[in-house]
Amino acid sequence: MVGVRCTNLVKRYGDVVAVDGLSLSVPRGECFGLLGPNGAGKTTTIEILEGLLEPDAGDVEILGLTWKGHERELRQRLGVQLQETQLADKLTVEETLRLFRSFYHRGRTIDELLRIVELETKRRSWVGKLSGGQKQRLAVACALAGDPDLLFMDEPTTGLDPQSRRQLWELLARFRQQGGTILLTTHYMDEAETLCDRVAIVDHGKVIAEGAPRELISSLGAPRVVTHQGTLEDVFVALTGRHLREE
Amino acid sequence: MSEPIDRGGSSHPLIELALARLREFGREPEAVFWTFIFPMLMSVTMALAFPGSGGKPAVVGIEPGAHAAAIRDTLAHAPGVTVRDIPAGDEPRALREGEVHLLIVPTEPPVYRFDPARDESRVARLLVDNALKKAAGRSDPWSAREEPVQIAGSRYVDWLIPGIVGLTIMGTSMWGIGFSIVQSRMRKLLKRLVASPMRKSEYLLAQVGGRMVLLAPEVAVPLLFGVFVLGMPIRGSLVALSVVCLVGALAFGSLGLLLASRARTFEAISGLMNFAMVPMWILSGVFFSSSNFPDAMQPAIQALPLTALNNALRSIVLEGSPLQSVGRELAVLGTWGIGGFALALRIFRWR
Repeated sequence: MVGVRCTNLVKRYGDVVAVDGLSLSVPRGECFGLLGPNGAGKTTTIEILEGLLEPDAGDVEILGLTWKGHERELRQRLGVQLQETQLADKLTVEETLRLFRSFYHRGRTIDELLRIVELETKRRSWVGKLSGGQKQRLAVACALAGDPDLLFMDEPTTGLDPQSRRQLWELLARFRQQGGTILLTTHYMDEAETLCDRVAIVDHGKVIAEGAPRELISSLGAPRVVTHQGTLEDVFVALTGRHLREE
Repeated sequence: MSEPIDRGGSSHPLIELALARLREFGREPEAVFWTFIFPMLMSVTMALAFPGSGGKPAVVGIEPGAHAAAIRDTLAHAPGVTVRDIPAGDEPRALREGEVHLLIVPTEPPVYRFDPARDESRVARLLVDNALKKAAGRSDPWSAREEPVQIAGSRYVDWLIPGIVGLTIMGTSMWGIGFSIVQSRMRKLLKRLVASPMRKSEYLLAQVGGRMVLLAPEVAVPLLFGVFVLGMPIRGSLVALSVVCLVGALAFGSLGLLLASRARTFEAISGLMNFAMVPMWILSGVFFSSSNFPDAMQPAIQALPLTALNNALRSIVLEGSPLQSVGRELAVLGTWGIGGFALALRIFRWR
């Protein structure tokens, strides 16, 4: 069963080619990570898959359906978290969830959503008063409102403290255990290694390596430094000669 | 899908979207303050500038000179005239700034200096001329008996208040909708909403619909002020008045949507709003009748939504017209409303 499939996606912005012939296939039930440095084309790719951007070339299939002709149905079955969305500051957590829940024809109750993202005590707080981690968990709750089959997460833990990140990872792991499919982008190695069954390493709009995190790491051969465990960072460095996040 | 829709305790998206909009507005104290206080301040200021009873006195300046004292004494007893001494050389300034409406050079006979294009100057000339000639011994063949009456509804303030109501509906509808949409676009909230199954048309409808709830108090403030403080009559039916206000708010709400449909910054939306509204402040008969403009401009002026709204409001409030007699104005407003909404839905930028 297809979760997400795309073939030869191309997206240009003027002279810049943001996505350059990218293909992916993610079966249902998998957590798949798009890994790469800033500007690699991860966000453009995920927004094309989310049906928010039109590709210049290539085909997209989500849950076995194309966006053309099935947008209404697909939107009911997807959960989306965007990288830069700021929810309305002066609405409460509960009001925000109520708004998003109203768009779905089936799904979880507000109480369930609050419990899942551990925001029960913040129910009546204004969104503007929440911490970064709480805001991000609320964004995930909005994405879960329609009890989706597939979750798109664009850099879900960027800018969060370690504890908030761990909390969010647990939340996504639980969604997976219940049979959900996740496609996420990240530039954190540990996030990809912890959450993802498979990753695609993306650079300059192309997939330069794809596979299970452990496979990719072991494909490098013996770790060059004995004390060093070997990480996805090493894979990226070996492939490009650059680091994922230029310090 | 034949399954019943389960919204998990939430209301219809239209209602939730409108509620969200209203809550955000209600939790913004400055927005509330300006929405309700501004029309009131404007009405008070106008009431002060144009008092309801008695005309303003004609202010007459006298230059120094041989007969200045005699003229001053005569005019001191003349009704409706206030006399002021103007130092020599100060006369052009005093006339230009409207400090005096007429200037007397106290020669024998005197010289009147005034701008005949100004109504108050012509009135001052008549009053002064009459008083001075009477004092010089002119005898009148007869005097008419004067019966001063004051007809509520025919004063300038009565004419002005419906214009301020129209202005309020235009301003709050357009600013309220335009700014909140641009803010949501800047925060990428619009993009997040279209990634959900929300219907785009419902979002736009809810923005306009949410304003309808605020309309009643917004319109009531200047109207009640006009009725209870300034004694303006409302001759038409309140139902007709409400319908006109509602249609007007829908028209301007749609225009607000249209102007906000592509703007990405507050600077952009402010510029567009002013570009659309300032001409109507002047042309659409808020402070003075739009019939002052040349005939050639009238078809365009009559097609403006604020002109239609102000004409309909005045017709109902001051003349007691029934709804069917403002059909043309309602049609103009409806066209702007439906056309604006349809165009906004087509060109709206959700990212």
